[in-house]
This record gives sequence, C-alpha cells and structure tokens, in this order.
Amino acid sequence: MPEYFNEMYENGKVRGPYAGIEGWAKDMPVDLRGLKQSEAENLFRRIGITFAVYGEGGSPDRLIPFDMFPRVFSADEWGRLERGIKQRARALNAFLADVYDRGEIVRAGRIPAHLVYQNDAYEIAVAGFTPPQGIFSHIVGIDLVRTGPDEFYVLEDNCRTPSGVSYMLENREIMMRMFPQLFQGNRIAPVETYPRQLKRTFDSVAPKKCDGEPCVVVLTPGHFNSAYYEHSFLADMMGVELVEGSDLFVEGEFCWMRTTEGPRKVDVIYRRLDDPFLDPLCFRPDSMLGVPGLMNVYRSGGVTICSAPGAGVADDKAIYTYVPEMVRFYLGEEPILQNVPTWQCAKKDDCGYVLENLHELVVKEVHGSGGYGMLVGPKSTKDEIELFRAKIEENPEGYIAQPTLALSTCPTFVEQGVAPRHVDLRPYCLVGQDVTLVPGGLTRVALTEGSLVVNSSQGGGVKDTWVIAGV
Amino acid sequence: MLSRTANNLYWMARFMERAETNARLLEVASRNALLPDVHGGNRNEWDSVLQASGTRDAYRAKFGDEAVARNVETHMFFDRDNPSSVASCLHAARENARIVRTALTTQVWEAVNEANAEMTQLTRLERSRISTSDMKDFALKHMAHVRGALVSTQLRNDGFDFMNMGYYLERADSTARILDVKYYVLLPNVSMVGSGLDNYQWRTVLHAMNAQRAFAWVYGGEVTARKIVDFLVLNRQAPRSLISSAEGVLEHLERLARLYGRGTTATSRGRMLVAQLNEITVEDILEEGLHEFLQRVLGEVLNLGAEINASYLNGEAR
Repeated sequence: MPEYFNEMYENGKVRGPYAGIEGWAKDMPVDLRGLKQSEAENLFRRIGITFAVYGEGGSPDRLIPFDMFPRVFSADEWGRLERGIKQRARALNAFLADVYDRGEIVRAGRIPAHLVYQNDAYEIAVAGFTPPQGIFSHIVGIDLVRTGPDEFYVLEDNCRTPSGVSYMLENREIMMRMFPQLFQGNRIAPVETYPRQLKRTFDSVAPKKCDGEPCVVVLTPGHFNSAYYEHSFLADMMGVELVEGSDLFVEGEFCWMRTTEGPRKVDVIYRRLDDPFLDPLCFRPDSMLGVPGLMNVYRSGGVTICSAPGAGVADDKAIYTYVPEMVRFYLGEEPILQNVPTWQCAKKDDCGYVLENLHELVVKEVHGSGGYGMLVGPKSTKDEIELFRAKIEENPEGYIAQPTLALSTCPTFVEQGVAPRHVDLRPYCLVGQDVTLVPGGLTRVALTEGSLVVNSSQGGGVKDTWVIAGV
Repeated sequence: MLSRTANNLYWMARFMERAETNARLLEVASRNALLPDVHGGNRNEWDSVLQASGTRDAYRAKFGDEAVARNVETHMFFDRDNPSSVASCLHAARENARIVRTALTTQVWEAVNEANAEMTQLTRLERSRISTSDMKDFALKHMAHVRGALVSTQLRNDGFDFMNMGYYLERADSTARILDVKYYVLLPNVSMVGSGLDNYQWRTVLHAMNAQRAFAWVYGGEVTARKIVDFLVLNRQAPRSLISSAEGVLEHLERLARLYGRGTTATSRGRMLVAQLNEITVEDILEEGLHEFLQRVLGEVLNLGAEINASYLNGEAR
C-alpha cells in the first residue's frame, strides 16, 4: 500500500490549517453529530439541491451526501494554488484564441495539428472569429488532486460549463448556519462573492454593439436537466433571467427574449447547453433546445455566448498533455501546477507500456466523464482488467492511462467516528477583463473506504472548502 | 418578466383554484344525493357534476356510462388520468411552481409542495376512510395555506399580478360552473324555482361555497333562487361571486397596465366584462335563463383568458 498524505495529521501532529477545528471535531458528542447531519440533510432537501445520476435510473431527487468535516487550506497553500490556476486558465484561453485564429502553436510544431483540427470539439463555425476581450472560456474548472504538502496535480480541465459551483456556495451557507462558532473562531475567507464576480465577468465581455447596462441571461436545457437547480440558483443569485431556448429568438442583428412587456434585447448568454444544441441552423438540426440563427448574431457581434462554442477543444483529454506546453508557449512562464504523467494509447510505445502495466494504472476514456468507463488498476479484478485490455486493443485512440496517484486524504465523518477519506478539488476560475478566483472550491470526497473515485455518480460526497487567513 | 415565467405563475394559481373547484363540486353532488327522490326530473347529481366539470366524455371512456358516486369521486379527486382531478391539479400546480421556484417565496413554494406531497399520502389511505367532506376539507385547507402564503409574503410585482389573475379568472369560471350544476339537476322546468325542494338544493350550493352564514347575514329569511343568484353573481360582498372574481382579474390587469405604462386588449376585455356584470340585474338573468346566462359568461371568461395569454403569456407580445 502506498503512503497517503493526510491533510490534517503529519507525523502524529495536527497541521497548521486544521489547528482551529481539531477540538471542535474531538469534542462533538456522537448524538449531536447525528442531529447536525440530519439537520444538514433537511436543509439541502428544503433548498432543493438534488441531482440525478445518469445511467442509474432511480429518483432524480437524490441528495448528494454532505460531509460536515471541512477541508482546509492555509493562505500560503492557497496562494500558490491560485497562481497556478490563474496561469492555467490564461494559457487555455490563449490557446483557444490561437487555434481559432492563426494556430501559431500548431505551426510551431508544439501540438500535432490533427489533435486540434480533427478534434470533435473543434468548432469550424467560430474559426476566424474573435469574441469580446478574446476570451473563449469564461469559467474554467480545474480538477486538482494532492499527493503531498506541496504536490498538486491537475487531473483535467473543464473549459465549457463546469458544474458544481452551487454546492460550493450552499455547503458554506449550511456550515455557517450550523456551526457559527467555527466561523467566529477561524478567519475563513468568504466565497459568497462568487455570483457577483460571475456577473461582473459577463458584463465585462458584453458585445461591442451593447450600449448601457448589459442584459445577461442563463440559458438552461430545461427543468428536467439534472443540473437545473444550479442553473436557477446562479440566475437568481446574479439577479438575471433564467431562459430556455424557446424564450429567445433572433430578429435583425440581435437576440431577444420574450417578456410580458414585449421583446427585450439580450447581450450575454451564459449557456448551460452543449455546443451541438445551441443553434439548429448551425449545429444539430434536430435540436429543440437552442435558438435558430443565434450563431449568426454571435459572429456579427450582437451577443456574447459564454463559454464560446468550440471552447471544448482545450479541455479534451488528448489536448490535456500539452497544457504545460501552452503555458510556456503563450505566457513564457514555467507551469506552476503539474500535469499527471499520461500515456496515450494512440501512441504505439505508450500503448504497449499501458497494456503491460494495466494492474497499476488508471485508464480513462478520452471522451468520458463523470467517472464512467474508467479502470482503476490496483482496485480491479483480473476479469475487469482483461475486459479493458480488449477494449483498448480494439480502439487504442479512445483511451489514455495515468499512474494511480496517492490521493491525499482528509478526515471525514463516518459511521465509526472520523476516518481519512480521499479527496479532490475543483476551483472555479473566472476569466473576463480580469482573471479572478474565489478562495475555495468544491471538494469531493470518496466516502467508501479506500476508494479513489470521488464522482457523485459513483458514491462520492462533498465538503465545505476553507481557506484560512494568516496560518 | 419572462413570458414563460408569467405563464407558469398564472397556471400555478389556476390549477390551485381548479383543485378547489372540483372538491366543491363533489360536495354539491354528495349533499344533493342525500335528498329523497320525490320530484322526479334529472336526479343524477353525479352526472351533473361531470357535465359541469366538462369531463363527462373522459369519465365515460374509463368508467362506463353510469355515473356512480364512488367512481365519480375517484375520477374527480384521485385519478391522475383525469387532467382536472384534484390530484392532477395539485401536481400540475407544483410542477409549474417548481419551474419558477425563484419567483416564489419559500413560504409559497413550501405550501404548494406540501399540498402535493400530502395528496400523495392521501392516495395511499384506504378509500372507505375518506368521506367526500374530508376531500373538500383537505382541498380547502391547502388552498387557504397557499393563498395565505402568497398574499402575505409575495413581492407585489408583475408576478403577483399574474398569479392573482390566474386565481380570479379560474374562480369566475368555477362559480359559473358550480351554479350551472343546478341547471342540470333541477331546471328542466323553470316554474320549479322557489319550491321547497328547490330551496334545499340551492342551499347545498351555498354549503359548497362555505357561504351559508354569510348569506344569512346579507339576506336573512328564506333561501330563494333569486337571492342566491344575486349573491353568487352580482354581490360584491361575496368573495366568490362572478362580479368579485371579474373585478379581481380587472384590478390586476389595471395594476399591470400602470406598471408597464400601457394597457392591452386584455385590459379592455376585462373592463368590458366587469361593465356588463355591473349593468345586469337578477331579473335580466332569469329572463335570459340562468343556464344561458352562465354559458355566456363562461364564454366571456374563456375569451378573457385567451386575451391575457396573447397579450402577456405566449411570448408574442410586442
């Protein structure tokens, strides 16, 4: 068994950031804990945060398990993470602006052309177009894991519409409500400014044709979508309308929404809809969710779409390998955050190595997400491994492999008391005129003992994430 | 406000009110059915309820031609296959509310959500343990809860107006329908208006409206068809009278016109309906024939609904 980094205890001593909560956790009577836990669940249910698990059927009103033990970073730790995250978000945007323009990075031979231009996520419809401020990905979610005091790795980037930020905000709300004394005793940086910063980011990328206060809307696929709660929550917190495709229409050079007082011009669309559904005239003709003609308005500068169609080409698992290269190429800096070493089964040598070492690697589908279609070698049976071997041999381009990382653990409330469980982190970086990051993010925790898969669809839970000032 | 949001708010309110109407209709039928059958005529109260609710064909397709008490109750209260059963209405109200959650206060949302949740629980109870009166009480209790939360906590913006329009419009529709039940039950023969049996049956209408005492305070003495028509159509003191309901719709149309700085064809149509009800007398109504009059009003209400839809809700407003 590898040695896992425990974020709270090091050599039997409590690490600095956790000093303020050690006593709290130790002194909490078991019955109070049970009480608080069910109080938290009631609060979540009342607020209505639930999520549907794809492919599992069952109730769409399932709650995501919330663990009350916070995950804590010191200001120093966070400072370094913040610089790394912002750096990466800037590089990813520079890459997008480049590959939809002259493609200098491809010309310079730093990234193979076919990975970019033959990528399914590459959107020919925006080639040659520069969105306002040159920004393609306005919300960059970067999934991080930790393996040591100073070792952070990026698992993947999310440049389209990363979800889960409502949990970050609600987890904090609920913790503050249940344990106010913790917040009096510790200087915990607030995250509640996120919706305002998000709105400011959208305002800053309003199209040139917009004069006056920009009209921002959140575009949702509808109330049957599993993330509908988040869509309505964000719209509400920003004080903007939550619209569906049928609420919008294109006329003249603008996009309008249907209101009780007649049409109102829309300037910025925060879409929580995938590219193919945005505009049936430009993408999938059978989509009923989008707005016919929207892309024409977009390309003529009548409306801004956040994130831009085609932003997905930067967060593809095949492109991921080259992100450190982007940082060097566009920013002339050394990457602060590390990539996980990745073998691409599409490459013959890599594939050979992967097939020989399946029992100790993590194998992922290039286009998969949500923890589905994934093999964790050390935790799998012989049969499962052989099944994956056959899959990889059949379609090597579809898979990548990474070493099994020794994910850090954070103390977590379990039935028997408190025990270490593996965690990851998704911070949400906003890119507009400024690049901003609220001090916090979504910590996901694998609640099953020994499990390394933190996805909510696979039995993962969430924690409040703190950044403590001055430790 | 988004047209779709306004539409959801409006329909949430309409469905809540419709659930209440159906519970009241059931109550009228069950009390009328308790009467001894001495006068002949159309004595199938249960059938008349189906007719008044406009779902007789759907009922027959499922339960057969005979309107049996228990089946009608199932159809009108529990049956999710009937889109205007109380259960269906509560579910539809809750779905509309869920879509526009952020436009509602927590209190309103919780009241709507709870009504639907308790309906589900009620469905699981043994049927013999639920009387028709229980059904009406259940519906009335939850409607009052939602309405109270709405009036005391909602922001007085345009969304408030759309919800209220939904309530009052549905209420006008409902009062006209409940009154019309009487036509099917009793009025093959106009001369019967005023006879003893007639009075008893008319009183059940008041009972269903929870208005016996109010009626006694306002009119005193004998219950006559004339007084009841006056009370339920033309009296502003009666909260469910046609004129109160129509004025309720108009009040919110006028508020909206002030807020938006312009009236619409819906505003004018609302004014016309109220003006008509202001001018008409009980004599006019009885001369025209109660049923004919009520059908005409139902038509006007339908048209007003269509105008509200076209002017604000369907997204075609210019």
